[in-house]
Amino acid sequence: MFFPISGAHISPIYLVVVGFLIGILGGFFGVGGSFIAGPALRLVGLDWNFAVGTDLAHIVGKSVVAAKRHRALGNVDLRLGLIMAIGTIAGAEGGAQLIQMLKRAGNVNLVVSIVSIAVYVGISTFMIWESRKTLSSRKGRRQRKGVDHSAFKPVTRSIQRVKIWPVIALPTSGVKAISLWMILLVAFVGGLFSGFLGGGAGYIRMPSMVYVLGIPTHLAVGTDLFEIIISASYGTFSHAIKGNVDILIALVMHTGAAIGAQIGAISTQYFAGPKIRLAFVPLPLIGAAIVIYTMLSGHKL
Amino acid sequence: MKSETAKTLRAFAFELAIYGLLVTGYFFLVLNLLGEWLRQVEVQHRYLYAGLTILLIVGQAVVLESLTTFLIRLLRGRSE
Repeated sequence: MFFPISGAHISPIYLVVVGFLIGILGGFFGVGGSFIAGPALRLVGLDWNFAVGTDLAHIVGKSVVAAKRHRALGNVDLRLGLIMAIGTIAGAEGGAQLIQMLKRAGNVNLVVSIVSIAVYVGISTFMIWESRKTLSSRKGRRQRKGVDHSAFKPVTRSIQRVKIWPVIALPTSGVKAISLWMILLVAFVGGLFSGFLGGGAGYIRMPSMVYVLGIPTHLAVGTDLFEIIISASYGTFSHAIKGNVDILIALVMHTGAAIGAQIGAISTQYFAGPKIRLAFVPLPLIGAAIVIYTMLSGHKL
Repeated sequence: MKSETAKTLRAFAFELAIYGLLVTGYFFLVLNLLGEWLRQVEVQHRYLYAGLTILLIVGQAVVLESLTTFLIRLLRGRSE
């Protein structure tokens, strides 16, 4: 099929299948899946700038479907999602500025590659430790629906005790009091990595919501997806102005993602929080493997 | 238990087939008609194109979500 905006010839079946697989991951883990979609689009010859912008547009559509399904399951905290969107957009701008600074210094690729490998491996190692420790404890093994135990809970509680004004409550997430600045800080850091490393940075935001803010895993997945709708829309608009979005490719990919995202979202009902977190571990490692491959081979996937 | 799983898988396969047919029709009708017009908008009016990208992807998401929810209800009853 010929896509006139980017001038690319790509099989629509390939796009639907890629969209379907990323949809399942997105619906289940609350991530955009750009670390797979970007290379998958590059693999069929789409220019890097189109791959990034088009992927963001497809993420918006997929997140709408998955977030709607999660909302029906009671897994979306709208108040938290809206606050986080503000921090994420500010952080993404900061990350983009950081990239420009490194570009001027002339060492952007090396710095971004090393930082991303350290972050991806760090997240995976921490989540293996935490989820396994939680699952091996009595509370973790006997987990009831709606209760989300974590071995990191004491640290989360001490973060929640930091009462810098204004302090707000998140009744949907079961958080009685938390400083607004903590939420904005978590979102800003996620946005910073999104602008710095590319993609939606759900691999950082979803674990941060669980471990730093104390949001139950199912709610963190659903709320992250809701937040992605806003931040990815902003990114899509910005890339479209620069001529980096082929909306026709995004629409075709999204037909597969729409059904995959629903399957992923429904599947979260059958898994306890620590099991979802343990299953999340390979995702950042795939991201790290792609960066290492890029560094060693010199080919940008 | 086995018959329940088989029933769910059959319903899912049927749902995918209907969805596949509708999506194929959508490719040929809508995307082919929109393609050239969108390319011209992208070249001549970037801000309008940027707004349209958001509207199209969100619009498609809402329609497809409603369609899949309808198919799920139709084929599997109220259990989902």
